Amino acid sequence: MKHARVAFGGLIHDAVEQNGKIKLHDGRTALEHEVVWLPPVQPRTVFTLGLNYADHAKELSFSAPEEPLVFLKGPNTFIGHRGYTYRPSHTEFMHYECELAVVIGKTARNVKKEDAYDYVSGYTIANDYVIRDYLENYYRPNLRAKNRDTCTPIGPWLVDKDDIADPMNLTLRTYINGELTQEGTTADMVFSIPDLIAFLSSFMTLGPNDIILTGTPKGSVDTAIGDEVITEIEGIGRLASTIVGEDVYEEAGDGQNAASIY
Amino acid sequence: MSHVTMNLHGVSQTVAGTVTEQGQTVVIHGKKYKTEELSYDVPVSGTVYGTLLNYQGAFKAFEPAMHKDPYKAPPKEPVLYIKPKNTYTSAHAAIPLPAGVSRLEMGASLGVVIGKTASRVKASEAMEYIRGYTVVNDVTIPHESVYRPAVKEKARDGFCPIGPWITEREAIPDPDALDIRVYINGELRQENNTQNLIRSVGKLIEDVTAFMTLYEGDVFCTGVPENAPLARENDRVKIDITGVGVLENTIIRESRIQGGAVI
Repeated sequence: MKHARVAFGGLIHDAVEQNGKIKLHDGRTALEHEVVWLPPVQPRTVFTLGLNYADHAKELSFSAPEEPLVFLKGPNTFIGHRGYTYRPSHTEFMHYECELAVVIGKTARNVKKEDAYDYVSGYTIANDYVIRDYLENYYRPNLRAKNRDTCTPIGPWLVDKDDIADPMNLTLRTYINGELTQEGTTADMVFSIPDLIAFLSSFMTLGPNDIILTGTPKGSVDTAIGDEVITEIEGIGRLASTIVGEDVYEEAGDGQNAASIY
Repeated sequence: MSHVTMNLHGVSQTVAGTVTEQGQTVVIHGKKYKTEELSYDVPVSGTVYGTLLNYQGAFKAFEPAMHKDPYKAPPKEPVLYIKPKNTYTSAHAAIPLPAGVSRLEMGASLGVVIGKTASRVKASEAMEYIRGYTVVNDVTIPHESVYRPAVKEKARDGFCPIGPWITEREAIPDPDALDIRVYINGELRQENNTQNLIRSVGKLIEDVTAFMTLYEGDVFCTGVPENAPLARENDRVKIDITGVGVLENTIIRESRIQGGAVI
């Protein structure tokens, strides 16, 4: 089953997918464009992998790491499907990263690789935007490059674990304004989902609604204000976001701008 | 005399108190207690952010390395990290000493508790967004390199004692002039003052909320002073921030504790 959190009719609903429509928790149905999509889970601790696809590491002139390169994200950065991601003025390079997001379902400590999937509740899609202009070499990738407000769209659906036969063999694709710009497969991860759960739980306790963003393959290109970016993962869905600029914030308050972006 | 709010062990609602006698006693509903006889829970529930290299002395000590690989240049913006929820633990709880580790760095930091959603806040208005202050021990496994995020060194279970309470903002006229002292087994091992911060509390909030919204209940740690003392198994660690509170914990081998208590 596919689960979502959406706002509809002045209320936040726990919804499920039914025949291509959104079935709200009170039984009503709605269409994709009729609801406001929220992140499908309210994230607790969020781990993100850097350089977890060898081809992407090479693209950035790094060799793949010997141990998972992990950084954390705060709750501020997440937005739902069809949301707006802000690109500041005077930035040279802001790229998307299509990533399989693994949602933890129960408390996990010292988990063996062979048992790792027992601790997964499901999967969703994340777009882990980065503004490379802001990268600095201290606790890199730093929060100013990677943990910005609106810069991690996630969703639309949380897909139950049992609905995905092999999460380590899924095609990932990104489209900018309909044109394919990134294509890869989760089979190329340096550290697999079981590797990552075993690694993280070897030194800390994971809990329900912790999320692991597993990294992105090669094919990250710059995005421009006005672009619609879709990150897609086979069997999980398509996650859309639109890049907006400084004017959205400068004009906010007169009601014009908030209305026009919807 | 200052107003504080705290979570006491076994009770879900927040308790308000008044601290008296230089922090030795706290009055709750008209009755006076010694501060160490109460059983505290973690006083906050939001996200805890840390700041690296924000004391002038800490920055100077690292400066020679900053122009070399892999850093190449000094940091321009605040160097931030997150202490995830599994690390939060209360005053008087045991800090787990992981297997194979002999010493832990005691990261004494002023914790600024956010009072309302803060986005694109100016330094001059930052105080309006502060609910109060607490004491944080940013426990860390000692490590040389700060090139990659130190998740393995900073995000272990029980590695972030917080408390014992939140001291309301009004009790602290100037958060940029507070003495911080760290005692290990009663011996003074570190002494500094928040006037030595590179970015003051207000400036930090301005620089951070420029790109990252902070929410009610989040804790922003302003940094750990240079020469953070190391503690060993069974050491009693006390961090005293004048007017804010005293946070005391004991280092216990991980295999001997469960849920913050020795079992």
